[in-house]
Amino acid sequence: MLRADGITVAYGRQRVLRAADLTVAPGVVTGLAGPSGCGKSTLARVLALLRRPDAGRLTVDGTEVRRWRHRASRDLRTRVALIFQQPRLAVDPRLTLREIAEEPFHATGRPVEDLADEVGLTPELLVRRPHEVSDGQLQRACVARALALRPRYVICDEMTTMLDASTQAHLVARLEAYRRETGAGVLAITHDEELLTRWTEPSGGPTVRMT
Amino acid sequence: MTSSLTVQNLSVRFRLPGATVHAVSDACFEVRRGECLALVGESGCGKSVMAHALMGLLPANATVAGSAWLRTEGAPPLDLLAAPEKVLARTVRGRRIGLVPQSPAAHLTPVRTARAQLAEALRELGNPASADELAARAGLDPAQLDRYPHQLSGGMAQRVVNAIALAGDPWLIVADEPTSGLDRPLVEATMTELRRLADDGRAVLLITHDLRAAERVADHIAVMYAGRVVSLAPAEEFFAGPRHPYAAGLLEALPSRGFVPIPGRPPELTDLPSGCAFRPRCDRSTAACSHLPEPGPVACHHPLEHHVAR
Repeated sequence: MLRADGITVAYGRQRVLRAADLTVAPGVVTGLAGPSGCGKSTLARVLALLRRPDAGRLTVDGTEVRRWRHRASRDLRTRVALIFQQPRLAVDPRLTLREIAEEPFHATGRPVEDLADEVGLTPELLVRRPHEVSDGQLQRACVARALALRPRYVICDEMTTMLDASTQAHLVARLEAYRRETGAGVLAITHDEELLTRWTEPSGGPTVRMT
Repeated sequence: MTSSLTVQNLSVRFRLPGATVHAVSDACFEVRRGECLALVGESGCGKSVMAHALMGLLPANATVAGSAWLRTEGAPPLDLLAAPEKVLARTVRGRRIGLVPQSPAAHLTPVRTARAQLAEALRELGNPASADELAARAGLDPAQLDRYPHQLSGGMAQRVVNAIALAGDPWLIVADEPTSGLDRPLVEATMTELRRLADDGRAVLLITHDLRAAERVADHIAVMYAGRVVSLAPAEEFFAGPRHPYAAGLLEALPSRGFVPIPGRPPELTDLPSGCAFRPRCDRSTAACSHLPEPGPVACHHPLEHHVAR
C-alpha cells in the first residue's frame, strides 16, 4: 500500500491540501478526479516523495517516509514513479531520448537495460533530442523512464492530456500491461471521466474525487 | 460573395541539414463564414505548421507551395502564400484573421496587465472600442482586467486571448490547439465560445488533437496524417462512420469507443514511405497502396464502406 494520511500542503499562505487521505493499492488502478486547482498534482508530488507535506503521514508498504526528495532512501524513492502531464518540462533538453529513458539506471548505478522495445520508439528516434520529437514521442520516453526501475507504484498525473487519442490509448495499454505483469499499483489522475472509467474498470479499482 | 478561405495544394517543406521535412503536402480545404472546420490529427502531423503558413509566420527555412485564397467581402481576393509580409501585417493578421493561440498563459506578456495588452491590441488595430467593452463581450469582468497573467485563472486567461484575437474584428478565427492542457469544463467553455463565433457569422478553423472537442463545434472534420489531409467530411457523417481507415482508427481509440491504439507509429516526416503514408499501419493495405491515392474527401484506395459504431 502507498498510503497518505491527513496530508496538508500550503504554498506560502495558500493552503492547497487540507488533511487529504488517499490509498493506492498494489495490483489495481486507483482513479483520482477533480477540477483544476483542487490539489491533485500537489498530492501526486507528495505521493512520489517529491514534496514534504506540512502535516500528515505517507507510508510506502508500511514504511513511513521521513525524508523527502533526494534525501529519501533510494529504496523508497525508486518504489514510486511519477509521470508528468507535460513531458517537455519533465526532461533535460540536452539529453537524447535514449539517455532520458536510461537516466534511472545511471542514477542508481544499475546495469543499463535496453528499453527500446518497451517504449515503441525506433532507433532513429532514440538518438534525437526533445525538441526534435513530438509530445507523444517524448511522453513515450518518459513512460519508459518511469518504468525502468520496476516501481511498485506509478502515479500518472494527467499523463495523456496533451496527447491524441491513439497515443493515449497506447500509453494506457502500456501501463496496464505493466500492472498486470508486475502487480504494481497505478494512480490515474485525470479530469477526463470517460478515460477514468475506461482505465479503472478492468482492475475494479476505486475512484477518489477531490473538490 | 461570402468571405471564405480556399486552400489548394498547400505544401510546406523545411530544409534541415541533411534532410527535408515534408510538413504539409498538397492540403486542400475550404472554410466559409458561419462554419467551423476542425483539422484533427496526431501531434507532429503538420496541423500547426498549416496554421502558421496561413498567417505567414513560418521560419526562414520553410518553403511553401500551392495557394490559399482569402476572399473577403469588399476586398480583392488575396493569396496568403504569395502576399508580402507588409500586406499580411497591415491587412490580414488581427484584421481578417485572428489567432487564438495554443497556451493562453504563455501567449500573454507576463509583466503587463490584461488591460494593457487588450488596449495595445485595440490601439494597433485602430479599434475605437475600450478594453472594458471588449472584455465584457468576451465574458470577462472588467474589474479583473488589472490583473497580471499569473493572477488569472486558466479560463480567464483563455477569455483574454480570445478578446485580443477579436480586437480587430477578424472574420476568420484560427484556433491552434486552444484546449490543450485545459480541464474538461474549460474545454467545454472554449468550444461553446468558438461555436458562438461561427454562429455569429465568423469562420472558425479549429486545429486540435482532441476529437471530442471537435465533435462539439465542427461542421466539417478534416483529418491530417503525415502532412496530408486524408479525410474531409461533414462532422455528423464523420462521427457516424469515417471512411478512411486512419480516421476510423483515431475514432476507435477514444476512451468512449474501443480505446484501442492504432498499431505502429506515424512515419517520420523526413522519411515518408512512398504511396499512402498510412500503408505500414493499415490492415487494408494492398499493392495498390504503394501509389498515392487520389486526393479527395477520402484519400484511400480501400475506403471503409460502413463503420459499425458502438
